[in-house]
Amino acid sequence: MSGMTVIVKTVSSWVKVLIFLFGIYIILFGHLTPGGGFAGGVILASSYVLLMLAFGRRFVEENLPSSIASKLDCLGAFLFALLAILGLVLGGTFFANFLYQRYLPGEPFELVSGGTIPLANIAIGLKVGASLFLVIFALASFRYDGPTSEQKPAAQGTGQKE
Amino acid sequence: MAYALCFLLFMIGLYCAVVKKNMVKIVLGIMIMEYAVNLFLIMLGYVNGGVAPIIDRAAYDVQTHAIAPQFLKTSVDPLPQALVLTSIVISLGSLALMISICIRTYAKYGTFDITEIRRLRG
Amino acid sequence: MSVPLPLFVALPLVAAFVLPVFGKGLKPLATLLANLVTLCLLVMAVLSLGQSRIYEVGGWSIPLGINLVLDGLSALLLTAIGVVSAAAMLFSTRYMEQYTAKAKYLSLFLLMVAGMNGVVLSGDVFNLYVFLEIASIASYALVGFGCEHEELEASFKYMVLGSVASAFVLFGVALVYANTGSLNMTQISATIRQIGMNAGLAFALSLFVAGFGLKAALVPFHAWLPDAHPSAPAPISAMLSGVLIKALGVYALARLVFNVFGVSIPVGWVLIALGVLSMVIGVFLAVGQWDFKRLLAYHSISQMGYVVLGIGLGALILAQEGDPLWASLAILGGLFHLVNHAVFKSLLFLTSGSVEMATGTRQLKQMGGLVERMPYTRTTCAVASASIAGVPPFNGFWSKLILVIAAVQARFYILAAVTVLVSLVTLLSFLKVQRYVFLGELPESLDRTRENGGSMLAAMAFLAVLCLAMSLLILLPSLRETVLQPAVDVLVKGVTSPTAVVAR
Repeated sequence: MSGMTVIVKTVSSWVKVLIFLFGIYIILFGHLTPGGGFAGGVILASSYVLLMLAFGRRFVEENLPSSIASKLDCLGAFLFALLAILGLVLGGTFFANFLYQRYLPGEPFELVSGGTIPLANIAIGLKVGASLFLVIFALASFRYDGPTSEQKPAAQGTGQKE
Repeated sequence: MAYALCFLLFMIGLYCAVVKKNMVKIVLGIMIMEYAVNLFLIMLGYVNGGVAPIIDRAAYDVQTHAIAPQFLKTSVDPLPQALVLTSIVISLGSLALMISICIRTYAKYGTFDITEIRRLRG
Repeated sequence: MSVPLPLFVALPLVAAFVLPVFGKGLKPLATLLANLVTLCLLVMAVLSLGQSRIYEVGGWSIPLGINLVLDGLSALLLTAIGVVSAAAMLFSTRYMEQYTAKAKYLSLFLLMVAGMNGVVLSGDVFNLYVFLEIASIASYALVGFGCEHEELEASFKYMVLGSVASAFVLFGVALVYANTGSLNMTQISATIRQIGMNAGLAFALSLFVAGFGLKAALVPFHAWLPDAHPSAPAPISAMLSGVLIKALGVYALARLVFNVFGVSIPVGWVLIALGVLSMVIGVFLAVGQWDFKRLLAYHSISQMGYVVLGIGLGALILAQEGDPLWASLAILGGLFHLVNHAVFKSLLFLTSGSVEMATGTRQLKQMGGLVERMPYTRTTCAVASASIAGVPPFNGFWSKLILVIAAVQARFYILAAVTVLVSLVTLLSFLKVQRYVFLGELPESLDRTRENGGSMLAAMAFLAVLCLAMSLLILLPSLRETVLQPAVDVLVKGVTSPTAVVAR
């Protein structure tokens, strides 16, 4: 998909940073205000969707290749599982809030409080942002040349029988 | 009354998923069904004249870790909200998979009409 | 030794997210890692047989937290899932070389296993729904894995019907929460015993029967199975037919009907009706099939009818205040048939995959005389066919015998007659399979087929040995007391509160 007009490109290059920053704010303050990991991750992905619509898919592919997004995706999930297993090792129960119970209780209503919950929010935000970006990227990369042809789509799809 | 309207929305989604012949319309019908169930879940926790279940400094006493009883009486139930969050994420994943299968099927068969996509029979 | 329960879910989940990172060159390492994970799960499941405990996730107790519950029924199903997934994963090391994107296949497979383990272990109805969806969505993607015409069509059909069923289940969960105010299974059953079944709860129960009945492919809801199971790659067909329709469908139905809502006469009759319809319609539609895997898929529907018939018979006898000995015998027959079917149906699908990989076709009329070229596959297929048809030393015979005895003793003579008739027709259709695939003349187009060796043979041999060894589960009293009897006791005790000790 190719890009749009000059006005759209200019405005979106200013606005994309604001959207990304807003997404990070929603993730970090997830334990104090509504939002949290999932909503923040969706906003992060939508800043890349804006870039894809304004500048075209190839521009975004050079900026954030899908292989790196895939690895970020796995990293986010692995961090979340690591927090849960650390809860088992350090706190005694799976997923226990070991930071709140032992090391860093913090003050209520401050940014540093709630133990492992902000860290879990960050991991979820990373994973959801990368996943949604990959989904929309894969859907945008599909090229249709006609029915029942032996074409392979340009995106990474699921396996094909050889 | 509101619950009956929710159930009506569920039935509309079910009708759409069962009767329509275009694949994308079937997917939309399933999405309407899932939204109707999410709406039903949220409405279960509603309290008349209630406030959002977020504690602020006025309702919370830091020394004794007690929550003001006025807040407890008027706040809506937060558990259905957590359930709906999870349910929305699940239906998002399901929607992504359904749309990509629709696109791939269009590339293979050339049509979205399910009456023409009938190679498997018997 | 006691394994922490969340490890059953966390281990395949972490492995599923680590595997796609392995690039092209490290593919054998990824396959080895996946095989190690499934083997680990099997060992952990066997170690947990005969135990029962509750695990509180995060240290939070019941009204605030989520429980994971291990009792006899969960342990039995965990072992079945472990056995079938280990064999299917071993088979797919060589079978999936025909497809590309193997790392994604392994990742989706492990996600499906994690979802099924979560369904079986959860003690909370919403948690059950979440894990149900994880396993279902992974299986929708795996059915359409080859991206050919028929696989995409089958995957779309399966996905639409499965999503509708999941929406029904979620609606049922919402209705249960509205009427009882809690999501934990023990608290819900206590509240239902206090307030009785009102209209909302009865509607919720019927939604659950519809939703889980579709996942279990019982007859009015079976339309997706004959298309989805043949189109999937063979190890995935083995997993779907072997454990997915049982862990997501029959287990959830049994748990909710017996332990949460309580048995009653209408529910018992509904389950018996669904079971009889599935048995009869499944087997009569199966006899006329000429596609190997489609025939096996229709037989899955019929054998699921046996299991649900056993469970429904037990529910009806308990609700009518009949003799609890016959109720527990019927449930024993149903549950033993569930585990047997997991082993022999997955073996049948694996042999069909082996035959398909060697000959390139699934149509019975194009095959013949393969006994000369593929003797080992022929032996394992004969073992599995004898098990499913109910021939004496193999495991299928014992479970069908127990069901017939329970039906006769409880004075449901027509049900017993129908069961025996369906068994005979099953035997007939598998004689047809043996004759067309293995005996007869070898056509010239198949002159160059060879036996598939290595890991595929090891997986099939493992399951074939189990088919014979599982008869010992019912004959030796010590094995029966640790493996089968706790599961039956959990269901027969019904809505009484569990006596498991809270442990970490």
